[in-house]
Amino acid sequence: MSTMTLAGSPVEVDGEGFLQDPAQWSPEIAAEIAAQNGIADLGERHWQVIDYMRKTYLGTGAAPSMRTLGKASGVPIKELYQLFPKGPAKLAAKIAGIPKPRGCI
Amino acid sequence: MPPARAGPTMGGAMAHRIVILGGGTGGSLTANRLRKEYGAAAEIVVVDRDDEHIYQPGLLFVPFGLAEPQALVRPRSKQLRAGIDFRIADVDRVEAGTSTVHLSDGSTLPYDVLVVATGAVLQPEETDGMTGPGWCDRVFTFYTLDGATALRDALRRFDSGRLVVNFVDLPIKCPVAPLEFCFLADWYLRKRGIRDRVDLRFVTPLDAAFTKPAAAAHLAGLLEQKGIAIETEFATGEVDGAGGRLVSWDEREVPFDLLVTVPLHGGAGFIGRSPGLGDDLGFVPTDPATLQSAVAPNVFVLGDAANVPTSKAGSVAHFEGETLVRNVRRFLAGKPLEATFDGHSNCFIETGFGKALLIDFNYDQEPLPGRFPEPHLGPLPLLRESRRNHIGKLMFEWIYWHVLLPGRAMPGISAQMRRRPAAVVTPTKRGATA
Repeated sequence: MSTMTLAGSPVEVDGEGFLQDPAQWSPEIAAEIAAQNGIADLGERHWQVIDYMRKTYLGTGAAPSMRTLGKASGVPIKELYQLFPKGPAKLAAKIAGIPKPRGCI
Repeated sequence: MPPARAGPTMGGAMAHRIVILGGGTGGSLTANRLRKEYGAAAEIVVVDRDDEHIYQPGLLFVPFGLAEPQALVRPRSKQLRAGIDFRIADVDRVEAGTSTVHLSDGSTLPYDVLVVATGAVLQPEETDGMTGPGWCDRVFTFYTLDGATALRDALRRFDSGRLVVNFVDLPIKCPVAPLEFCFLADWYLRKRGIRDRVDLRFVTPLDAAFTKPAAAAHLAGLLEQKGIAIETEFATGEVDGAGGRLVSWDEREVPFDLLVTVPLHGGAGFIGRSPGLGDDLGFVPTDPATLQSAVAPNVFVLGDAANVPTSKAGSVAHFEGETLVRNVRRFLAGKPLEATFDGHSNCFIETGFGKALLIDFNYDQEPLPGRFPEPHLGPLPLLRESRRNHIGKLMFEWIYWHVLLPGRAMPGISAQMRRRPAAVVTPTKRGATA
């Protein structure tokens, strides 16, 4: 755990750059994390996913799985991979400012 | 304190009613241990939808003709001690607020304590095309008895081409099983003298051969030795059985002539219908150390049904059993729970040619080399191929039916993982201080 500055604000992050406190998040911070991860512009579809991630995490205390994202976020899985390349559930969580989804074993 | 309810009485005192959903590994061993401890002082009801208990570790051997399918099945009812009430029924839902199980036929089972042990279910229909053309013809899973049996026949007919082994996403039961299948397929094809005519390929959504780094490196070495190709970070989006293609969400393709796949897993169907009980995949949020559910203090969970961060494996259910039984007793006696489960898991990994690896790990400790169960004496070596481990895996079937399910103690094997001596854990040369 360490502190870094994103969009001018100090935030607590883990070793991989996931925010530890969702309350420290702002849309500007989201844009900066996205840019660092190769997404230059967050469009309307990105935001739909980010809002869903935050709503789910703040409501249930857990990030949604890939399968739930595909069913409930309104964005199909194929498009999720286009919007958030490689690992959409992980990258979207990072941009949404919620802790890293707990991996399955 | 548990809610008061009307029920049978024992010498004037109210008998506890414990309802266990699921008569598999976790449910059976829990019922038997509780019965042994309480005798007639608790009414124990086990509910399952059928009376067929499958020895699941044996499914891996069926496709290679190393196990007879019917020999893996025994009646669930016969695995339970006398005095346990076994019922065959479908569960509609659990109402944790009123401590009641609602069965599909409309009847109800009130409980003082509920144990959820309904495991994981396969969801092949969740992946586009998986159950479409080619399913059970060139696309198979060995995670069911019928699937493993059909695959056995298909493998007998298979004499050349691309054999692809894949799992769609975690969590799955026994996460090493797809790798074991690869190793045994390599052995099987060599034995038939056709290994050089087969392209054997392991396709995984992970970025390595296994979830745990130390074991992953070792297992990747074995794959390479055996000439098994590995395709990583492949998030399966579609199975095209007719065209013989596995397609990822980011549009990569792996062609196959025969596909052995492990479908997505979720929790039992009733969990989704039970208010507040499950997470988005139908597994039950559970305290990883006490095994109490998040939904209500009188609901406990073990085995694959729980969302705890360790492997979905029979060994885990066995180790959890000890903590769970103690905590059910403490709960019913009005005492605080013990946070004693450490995520202990161990599994034999068949590597073919009569050998196997053994890995042992928990929430905090990685699988590492050493010996099991005694740190220096073993007799079983950890993370190293040996014939002894293979024999251990074969012997385990007898232990499963006669020691593990009846809830008897296993001499020398503790529920908590043993701390390894520093000589083995540190990266210094092994044996230097031994």
